[in-house]
Parts: sequence; C-alpha cells; structure tokens
Amino acid sequence: MRNIDVLIIGGGPAGLAAAISAYEAGCRNILILEREENLGGILKQCIHNGFGLHTFKEELTGPEYAQRYIDKVLEYGIPTQCDTMVIDVTPDKIVTAVSRGAGLEHFQAKSIILAMGCRERPRGSLGTPGWRCAGIYTAGTAQKFVNLKGIMPGKRVVILGSGDIGLIMARRMTFMGAKVLACVELMSFSAGLKRNIVQCLDDYDIPLLLNHTVVDIAGREHLEGVTVAEVDSKTLKPIPGTEQYYECDTLLLSVGLIPENELTTMAGVKISPATNGAEVDESLQTSVEGIFSCGNVLHVHDLVDFVSEESAKAGENAYKYVQGKLPENEETLEVINGFGVSGAVPQHISKKLGEPITIMFRPRGVYKDARVCIDVGDAQVAAKKSRILTPGEMVTLKFDPEYLQKNTNADKITVRVEVQQ
Amino acid sequence: MIDVLIIGGGVVGCGVARELSRYNLNIALLEKTDDISNGQSKANTAIIHGGYDAHPGTLKAKFNVLGNQMMDEVCEELDVPHKRNTSLVVSFDAEGHDKLVELKKQGEVNGVPKLSIIGQDELRKREPNIGSTAYEALLVETGGIVCPYELTQAFAENAAMNGVNFYREAEVIAVEKQEGGWKVTSTAGTFTAKAVVNCAGLYSDEINNMVSEDKFTIVPRRGEYYIVDKKFGDTFHASIFQLPTKMGKGILVTPTVDRTVLIGPTAEDIDDKMDTQTTAEGLAKVLKYASLTWEHIPMRNFITTFSGLRAHCNRDDFILGEAPDAPMFFNAGGVESPGLTSSPAIAKYLAEMVADKLNATKKEDFNPIRKGIPKFREMTDEQRAKAISINPDYAKIVCRCETVTEAEIREAIHRPVGARTVDGIKRRTRAGMGRCQAGFCTPKTLEILSEELHISPLEVTKFGGNSKYLEGYLFEKGDSENA
Repeated sequence: MRNIDVLIIGGGPAGLAAAISAYEAGCRNILILEREENLGGILKQCIHNGFGLHTFKEELTGPEYAQRYIDKVLEYGIPTQCDTMVIDVTPDKIVTAVSRGAGLEHFQAKSIILAMGCRERPRGSLGTPGWRCAGIYTAGTAQKFVNLKGIMPGKRVVILGSGDIGLIMARRMTFMGAKVLACVELMSFSAGLKRNIVQCLDDYDIPLLLNHTVVDIAGREHLEGVTVAEVDSKTLKPIPGTEQYYECDTLLLSVGLIPENELTTMAGVKISPATNGAEVDESLQTSVEGIFSCGNVLHVHDLVDFVSEESAKAGENAYKYVQGKLPENEETLEVINGFGVSGAVPQHISKKLGEPITIMFRPRGVYKDARVCIDVGDAQVAAKKSRILTPGEMVTLKFDPEYLQKNTNADKITVRVEVQQ
Repeated sequence: MIDVLIIGGGVVGCGVARELSRYNLNIALLEKTDDISNGQSKANTAIIHGGYDAHPGTLKAKFNVLGNQMMDEVCEELDVPHKRNTSLVVSFDAEGHDKLVELKKQGEVNGVPKLSIIGQDELRKREPNIGSTAYEALLVETGGIVCPYELTQAFAENAAMNGVNFYREAEVIAVEKQEGGWKVTSTAGTFTAKAVVNCAGLYSDEINNMVSEDKFTIVPRRGEYYIVDKKFGDTFHASIFQLPTKMGKGILVTPTVDRTVLIGPTAEDIDDKMDTQTTAEGLAKVLKYASLTWEHIPMRNFITTFSGLRAHCNRDDFILGEAPDAPMFFNAGGVESPGLTSSPAIAKYLAEMVADKLNATKKEDFNPIRKGIPKFREMTDEQRAKAISINPDYAKIVCRCETVTEAEIREAIHRPVGARTVDGIKRRTRAGMGRCQAGFCTPKTLEILSEELHISPLEVTKFGGNSKYLEGYLFEKGDSENA
C-alpha cells in the first residue's frame, strides 16, 4: 500500500488546480489519479474560447486553459497516474484504484481531494414520451463526437434545455454545417450564461423558445422529428393546441448536470440535497475529516475560473490538514438557503473564522433590482445590490470574519434575496 | 433438412432451444430482429410470479406454478441473477379483504405453496416505506425477481454451446408444408425442417395462421414503466402488487436484481405490434396509481422510462403444443405474463413433445452449465486484481455508473450469439443502463463495437436497422485520425 499525503481524484481543472496549490504550499507527496488517458477533464473537448478571463485576463480555449495547469503540474513534477479509475474510497482514506499498467492498487492517503466533476442528466430522467430511437444525445456526448472524434451526429438539430453546453453546441453544430432549428427551454429563463445566449444563439438567428418543451419524439429507429409545445409558465404543463412539429435527425439535451458523487458516498461523506454535492465547511472539508471536495463534483459552476479558484483553496487546506494546521472540531454555524437562494456553499462556517471566504449560490428565479443579504442569526450583516439575478449565473458573496462579531449568539447564517418593492 | 426450426429468439424460443439441445437433433433458431431478447423479453416486469393470479385450470396457471418451481435450478445452472424477494398483493382498504381471501384460495387451487394474508403490523414490519393507506396483503413467499434478458441470453448461449445455430435478422416470410416437414422462407434464407416451433411472441398468431386453420389473434397490450435510480434500491423488499379494484388493475412497484426500482405497467390494447412509444398519459397513470404504494416517488431520480408490448391472445391463455391440423408444427402462442416465469416449464414441455415425436435420443455430452460474463462490479478486490492480471481490459472502466469494464464489453461481443449493437451490449453487461444512460460510455462502446465487428463507427447502430448514431465524418477519413 502506498502512502500519499494529498491524493487527488480527478485530473480535470479542479484536480489540477488543487494539486498545484498543495505543491505551492509545500506538499511534496501528492498524487493525481485520472480515469481518462489524458489530464484536462472535460476542458479537452471544450474547444471554444472564453476560458480564463478571470484567472489569466485573456481569452483561452478549454484545452489551452487546461494546458497552463498541466504545464505547471509537469514543471513541479507532481506525479499523475492516468487511465486509472478509483473504485473505492473508505472513511479511513484508503483508496482503491485500477489501471492497465498497475492492476489493482491500494493507497493510504492522509488527505483526499474529491475532484471528479459531473455528468449530464439524460433523457430518461425527464420522462419525455415517444420513441427511444437513435439520434438523441446529451450535448456533451455530441461535443465529444464532434470535437474529439471529428464525427457529426446529424444535420438538423433541436436542442432541449438551454444549459451552457447546449448553447455552445448550438453554435458548434452550426459551424460544422448543421441547421439548428431551435433551442427549447421549459423555464421562462435560460439556465445558461447571458453571453452564451448572445454569442451562440442570437448571433446565428437560432430561436430560444422559453416556456416550451419537447412533448413527443418521433422515429422508430432513428430520430425523425420532435413535437414542441408551449408550457404554462406556472404549472410547466404543456398547453394543448400549441404543438409544433420540427423535422430533425438530432436532439441534443442540455437539461442539467449531476455531480458524480458515487465515491463521495462510499467514503461516508454527507451529501447536500440542494447541491447534490458534499456538504463542506469554509475550508472545503467534508463531513469526513481529511476529505475535501471542490469543483463541479461539489456544486456545478458556470466558469472554470471559479473552479480553479475554489480548488486551489481545497489543495492548500488539504495540506494544512496533513500538517495538523487545520483547526479541528470547531463549532460551526449552518448556512441556510433563505428566500430566492439555492445550494449555498459552504454549508457550514466556523464560529472562529479567521479569513474572509466566499459563499456561492444560485438564485431560485429571476429577480430584478434585488439585494442579496447575509444574516448572522437575526442580524443582517451585509447586503449587495444586483441589477438582475438569474439561476443561470452563480452569485458569489464575500463573507468577512467580522460579520460573526456582530452577533456572537447566532446559531445560523442565512443567505437570502430581497426583492425591492 | 434440419430436425427442428425454432421461430423467435425471446425467452421462450431460446428456452426451447436450450431444452431441445439436450437431444441429438440438428436445430436452428430464427430471430426477426438484430438480437435475441428484443421483444417482450427485454421489456417486462421481470417478476417470478407465484401463480395465484391465473384462473385455475388454465395453461397460464399450470405453467406459472411449474416454472416458478424450476426457476432456481435453471438460474443456478445458467448463472442468471434472481432473488426470492417475495411478492405482496396489497389492499388499500378494508373492503379488499374478501378479494384477498379469494386470491389466496385461487392460488391454493393452482398449487401455490406458502400463501398467507398479513395485517397492518406484519406488512409495515416487512415494508416500512409502504404508503400510509396500505391495509393488508397477500404474502406470496415463492414470489421473486429475475433478469429477463439475462435469462434469455443464458438460454441462448447454453443452447449455442450445445450445438443450436442462431440466425438473426431472419424474419420468417412463409411457412409451407412439404414432404417430410416444413419449408420456411426467411430474410436469411430458406430452411427445411422436420418440425417447426412457433415462439414468435407478438407475431405468433401470424406464424400459426400461415399453416393452421385453427387461427388465433394476438393483440399487443402496451405497458409503460419508469425505472428509479439504484440509490432507492432498498426502499422496498418485496415486489408489491396492488389488489385490483374497480378503479383498475393497479401498478406494481418492485426492486430489480440490478437494485433499481421498477414502477409499472399500464395495460393498453393497441393496433401496432411495433409501437413501443411511451405516452404522456400512460406515464402519468403509472405515477398516479403507484403513489398509493410509494407516496413520495423521487421524481428527480428516474433514470429512464420504457414501454413493452405483451402478446395478449384473444383466447386469453397460452396456446401450447402441436397445431390440430398441422402435424409437426408446434405453438408457443399467446405467451404473455406470466410467460417469463413459465418459460422454463414451457420450454421443457415443448422440447419433450418435439423430441418424442422425432424419436430423438438424449446427448451424452449435453452441458447444462453456462457461466455469465464475470462482472467486475461484483468481484472482491482479490478477484479484481487477478482478473486484471489475466486481462488488463478489466482495469478499464467504460461505464462509470454501473462499473462495467472494457473486458466485459468485448466479451459480450465474442460470446455465442454475441452483441452486435449498443443496446445488445447494454443488455449483456449493463453498460449504459445506469443513471447517466450511456452519456459517457456511448463513444467508447461505439468504438469497441466498430473495432470488434470490423465496421466503421458510422455503421454502428443502437438496435439494428437505421438506428445509427453518427451521420458522417467532418473531414476526409485520413484527416480525422489526426483531428
């Protein structure tokens, strides 16, 4: 059994950033385990630009962004093992992995960073009626075929859901000669970034049909078309008589991401129903001591820059934990999702917080001219104005240690949206 | 001329093939579609029925009880996942009591052992998560669950090991009487055989009616289902039926051998034998009724929906045996629920009948044992390490949701009557059957199929025919290698 100080599961943007920061903090016994043949995770197939504006102040493609981190990992000589799949993690931090080269291996880690990313919700989870034919893909699968394999799934495309990958694929498929007929979104707002709606749909005259959904799928063997109907904006039920048939050979789904937390669960880590990721404290430590979580496996981010930032913190803290420098068993306050707020991370904040931290969350709906407030106990300690809040754009808030001093008897922290009257 | 030609590669056809392969006979099986286990046998409730449900005296009742008794031995010989998890027929009000008693009596007449009626306390002890209005239940201790496509697959593999020839994409166009037997014309060529066994499921009427004046009609009866993520696999222990009321037959909630939860089916008679669409109405109905049994169905945790067609016969019973006016033409017609449970018994019955008429002798070297593809997910660490040291492809996990390795996928293709399509891989290995429904593994599965079958990725299909995944290369083929 090999002993590792900081063992990182996943060599995508989260794992890479965590490894680099652990190294820079002084750790010299790090190992990254990556299931695919190369490092870089999903960024490998994200050949569009727009990455790195926050981190590097320039616009990079996904592979370029990843390469900056891969180069650092190589420069530092951080050991990585690709083509290696972790199949078990115990609460005692024993990690079991398999690979063609090394067979089945056990590692005893002092700390573990979970950085496995997420996967896409499939059609089956939506219960969309109709035929179960070929020609229906999640947007990411289609992206892999087109960008990495050089193969087109089809030529006439409808996109269900308006998550970022769906929007990006609308543009990519158009570039590659396909006709994208429409992007169909159940809600009255898109789940994607505003800039992607403008640059990927509007610029190519691809209609975004809000409050619409696919109600039937035609084609016994291969997809022949889909029926799209308007939905009632309150009940989200299709409105009879509004059906429209689109002849198409490809349906791409961009209907949400699910953090890949199988290993997290095996390790006995508590999962938050709001994020489907681990519950963490301000150091990104989970409910199991010495196990940390970051990136999209913790909660789904909009921008890779924020993944890197969060993961760097996890790497640094994991090494602090190894050194015994991370405060133990501190009393914490629970972070409550108040009105308009979903999935606030971290879920727990130490009463003895020493440094400012970031709280991230997704608005539950679209709110104009709103304020985002933080309450410690019943006392409001901070408020930030926002012209518009939408579920498609994650909100980040600074949380200062001195907020806690304003109400030392508090038993919880609440993050909430206040809509101006 | 061969001895026996079996039409249909479902659980009954493959079961008959396996039973007949005990004899010194030359046997072929024709399957219309690209794969065996592609009709009723792939999309059903996956239950080992107790046998209380069928009317006494019917073939359904007789073969259900017999098949139930045979199931453990068959599954053990053939390494098929199954479990005696018991069945419960739950009544949701006091008025149901008489009906439960009636059902119990009917079961006893049919020869079902160990039936009892249990009250609130016992019911809730067994099923703490059952709906609050559950009142009492019939406990069927012999009830169980089995993987229907693996059973079919296992029958087929074992039959092939023992000499049966399988032809797929072999749709029967005509069956004609000729000297000493039958001439069967199919899309895979013309066969002559001394005996024909019609196991054509939904199409068993059409095959029968080609040769016999004793005609019957199959009406496809569609059932729609949901599958819930294996996270909820422990919610219920038994297969939970609802006592039929004037409101309807009720919806079943059952764990599967793969730890997911299956909810369904509806029952709707339709015209089209290929119409396996799901419908908004059908799916809504499933949830509406199932919520009696499972009050808080986790709606965000469905992994898929599907529908299957039952071969419902206008005679409302199985039709088993030689057609009265067509000697050496044997029917397994109208086999719908409890057909899966009955299949080992039907297979044995028909095979013995056919062998007897052909005066066939038993093979000395018949091997009843078939081993499934070794499943990485079920191995201990020691077994895993050993598997990898023998075949490194066991270290490459292709399907992350169900932990299926490249070795298993390649073996599924190379097995007797092996997989040729992505859905074929799915049924044989579970790759793509988990919560991401093949989002991650499709590209890799496609690549492996293309490699092993020596075809272009563009030719790989989901389930044969025109169900191709990919439209074309973006670049000239030579360039794409570098792309």
